[in-house]
Amino acid sequence: MGAVSVRNLCLNFGEVEVLKNLNLDIEEGEFLVLLGSSGCGKSTLLNCIAGLLDITDGQIFIKGRNVTWEQPKDRGIGMVFQSYALYPQMTVEGNLAFGLKNARVPKDEIARRVARAAEILHIEPLLKRKPAQLSGGQRQRVAIGRALVRDVDVFLFDEPLSNLDAKLRAELRVEIKRLHQQLENTTMIYVTHDQIEAMTLADRIAIMRSGAIQQLADPATIYNKPVNKYVAGFIGSPSINFIDGQLEIGSDPVFRAGETKISLARYQFSGNGPKPGAVTFGIRPEHIFIEKAASDQPFQAEVDVEVIEPMGADTLVWSRFNGSELRFRVDGQHPVKKGDRVMVGFDPARASVFDAQTEMRL
Amino acid sequence: MASTAIDYAGAPAEPLPQELAGPRGARPRRLLSRRNIFLYGTLTVVAIYYLLPLYVMVVTSLKGMPEIRVGNIFAPPLEITFEPWVKAWSSACTGLNCDGLSRGFWNSVRITVPSVILSIAIASINGYALANWRFKGANTFFTILIVGAFIPYQVMLYPIVIILREMGIYGTLTGLVLVHTVFGMPILTLLFRNYFASVPEELFKAARVDGAGFWGIYFKIMLPMSLPIFVVAIILQVTGIWNDFLFGVVYTKPDVYPMTVQLNNIVNATQGVKEYNVNMAATIITGLVPLIVYFASGKLFVRGIAAGAVKG
Ligand SMILES: Nc1ncnc2c1ncn2[C@@H]1O[C@H](COP(=O)(O)OP(=O)(O)OP(=O)(O)O)[C@@H](O)[C@H]1O
Ligand SMILES: [Mg+2]
Repeated sequence: MGAVSVRNLCLNFGEVEVLKNLNLDIEEGEFLVLLGSSGCGKSTLLNCIAGLLDITDGQIFIKGRNVTWEQPKDRGIGMVFQSYALYPQMTVEGNLAFGLKNARVPKDEIARRVARAAEILHIEPLLKRKPAQLSGGQRQRVAIGRALVRDVDVFLFDEPLSNLDAKLRAELRVEIKRLHQQLENTTMIYVTHDQIEAMTLADRIAIMRSGAIQQLADPATIYNKPVNKYVAGFIGSPSINFIDGQLEIGSDPVFRAGETKISLARYQFSGNGPKPGAVTFGIRPEHIFIEKAASDQPFQAEVDVEVIEPMGADTLVWSRFNGSELRFRVDGQHPVKKGDRVMVGFDPARASVFDAQTEMRL
Repeated sequence: MASTAIDYAGAPAEPLPQELAGPRGARPRRLLSRRNIFLYGTLTVVAIYYLLPLYVMVVTSLKGMPEIRVGNIFAPPLEITFEPWVKAWSSACTGLNCDGLSRGFWNSVRITVPSVILSIAIASINGYALANWRFKGANTFFTILIVGAFIPYQVMLYPIVIILREMGIYGTLTGLVLVHTVFGMPILTLLFRNYFASVPEELFKAARVDGAGFWGIYFKIMLPMSLPIFVVAIILQVTGIWNDFLFGVVYTKPDVYPMTVQLNNIVNATQGVKEYNVNMAATIITGLVPLIVYFASGKLFVRGIAAGAVKG
């Protein structure tokens, strides 16, 4: 059993089922990111693990101990909130020490731990200040420090960076990653709806949708082999292109959309192999090449440029392929403009094919 | 990319001509504009309307009886005397006793202080429990409490007399303190509940993770950040209880009458001459406590009323 195990967790708010029979096992020292759209139950799950919500059914284990009925303070967890939630009338030092005082830790031990946390988070000069006198980034550091001093095995982060501006977010993201590497054997569960945060921080990502986990895997698998259409569409920005068509099985499996045929000879079908029928073909914009590079790809086609969105480093091009929208990236220096006809190419082996009915990956 | 780039740096703009005709800078304000005259005129009239009675009271209380009999109530005193004030405080007759308002003052203090402390302590804990610890039946409890706030006092006057009698505290200060505490409960609980509900929930969760319990969170987190609302509650209760007449007259006996009841007895005394100066002085003395409370805490009062979100 891992550091945190959630077994058949159900949680209802009155009539509303927010978490439905959820199972999750997190290894010791792992960095797990819960990713999902707003309202899918990420915070609720985190609050259940923390013991801040009474669950309807199921069990929660932390470090092999059944903590289902334990108080938050007895679960060996530290939590960092989106709104920082610092105690406004206490100094930074008071904020850090509050939990330890409640636990009746001896004074010199408190001082030692506060000093250590302050050093790790670079907040020593701020110890005597009140939260109102801190910037957003500093506040969030203090909030992390408050979890740090408690010497816990499991850290829970609920969108800790989403109140910060982009630059600060990138800085603190690296700092959290560094912190995780520094604290060996510390498990972190991190809620976000920022994909970049999820991809960069996570050992594994759990994609959630309406109270259930859709896929739990490492970032590369989530990105390259999404288990269903929802996950494929959720991960990646700009998002994946979907093309509707038919799967036909001749000598080789072939995806057919209108007149176009794309051979799926090298595509790795999952489970019990290809079945003919209606499917959705997904290809990521960054896997589509143009012109010279396109001619090296197994599949090519010509498309008309409809809209371009220059983003500096690269340009996002919107076009149309067999009636479906097709987006792809080109180098920012590459000259394209509206109305151009360009040759695109991609490798169907890198695509994802989903059953049109069940939306599951084939 | 096509030549879509725009040169934002651009060439330096042409210098503007040094002085252009027409308005510049802050708009001029005329002191005696029509708007100002109207505004300050209205304010002055309203202020006089409210201050005139107070003025009459103060000057009358400083006059001797012969001067009052002359009849000009607006005239300032020719000969200032503090005799009426002394008399009102220490020797005016209030029904049975003739030791002035001093007895009533101390009675009122002994009623107000415990009632205020008790009612605020209980109501703030009520409000905290209702807002932050959503226990089973919390909503029902809250509804009952609010309904209680709308039941007219008159309905409850006599039943409470019986309850107090059965408890053996009818006619005592303890009984009156209890009544004030109970009657303050609905509105104060509502006040505190709404204030605590505006405290971000995550703050409360953080404190729970940090191992603080029901009382720990109340005393160490909620109390220190709720000073403004406590000031509001204190003002409401001090003025309300100090000014109370009805409960005082119904639930106490002459020995322990609060100041307001004694004031009434002085002013409405039927025998002897009406001593207007003493009456005025007695009235001012009685009103002094709420007045001081307002002046001392006006700023905090406004802040507490306006307090919504708490910055963390
Ligand atoms: N106290 C509550 N009572 C009733 N429903 C609630 C309550 N708290 C949350 N919900 C519902 O539960 C669902 C999950 O909420 P939750 O806060 O876990 O979402 P989330 O995934 O954290 O979203 P976000 O990314 O916006 O923070 C939502 O549909 C929400 O409306
Ligand atoms: Mg949330």
